Amino acid sequence: MKTWRKRGGKVLAGFEQQEAAVLRGLVSQLEDMLRARAEEAPQDPLAELTGIRTGPAESPDDPVLSRLLPDYHRLDPDNPTKEDLDSAAALRSLHEPELVEAKVAVAAVVMETLPRDGGDVRLTFEQADAWLSALNDVRLALGTALDVTEDMPDELPDDDPRSPHLGVYHWLTWVQESLVQALAA
Amino acid sequence: MVCMTTPVEAEQTQVEPAGADLGAEDRPWQTIVWNDPVNLMSYVTYVFQKLFGYSRDHATKLMLDVHHKGRAIVSSGSKEKVEGDVTKLHAAGLWATMEHSS
Repeated sequence: MKTWRKRGGKVLAGFEQQEAAVLRGLVSQLEDMLRARAEEAPQDPLAELTGIRTGPAESPDDPVLSRLLPDYHRLDPDNPTKEDLDSAAALRSLHEPELVEAKVAVAAVVMETLPRDGGDVRLTFEQADAWLSALNDVRLALGTALDVTEDMPDELPDDDPRSPHLGVYHWLTWVQESLVQALAA
Repeated sequence: MVCMTTPVEAEQTQVEPAGADLGAEDRPWQTIVWNDPVNLMSYVTYVFQKLFGYSRDHATKLMLDVHHKGRAIVSSGSKEKVEGDVTKLHAAGLWATMEHSS
């Protein structure tokens, strides 16, 4: 693809078939992870009556999900106070359902607007904001899995098992940066 | 954070908590954004402008504080307001937490 460009109230780009397949694959994996997390939520007959949902109180064990759904307090890793732990659990339980829903919604916008076989993508500004969030979520997921650092090199040594995947991460970074530039222009 | 384009001049300034009118007995809550190795500098600035309505200059200053100092206070106010801000920042993929100001 070439860079995103803004024209007539829309943001446009063209995706090759392979690019579309890679991005759709990553976004749909992320949707699956988030949906699975939502299903872990405690079944609460009261919530069904009141419509007030409660999510899990515990941070996800999986480091990728845990980065996507952070704690509401910065907890001391060695000796968190009981007050902070209780408050973080209560806030997570209260807000995680809406957060997961927001992340699934932006992922759905990418799946709806990016043609399966590649081709032109035309986004309203609202859809473009959804794309930015979804691209960021995919980069967070991949970045966490690859253990990226701020000064990640363009390429890793051939014997590094992360080497083949780093190119995808850098490509996603470029797609997101280009979209921010187009929107901010 | 990661910079893809021309770096902005680093300007080290003190962050002032965004204003909120509260009684003296009512210590406000603060929204903190932490540095992380994935988020793009341009995107973080864009999110601060979009979510909080900050000017480009103010959003850039906060972003640079996060980048250079590791954290910045990006908003403050009642517990409910700050909870909402943290949730919006999490939805955007930023690493945000809240604390009671001392």
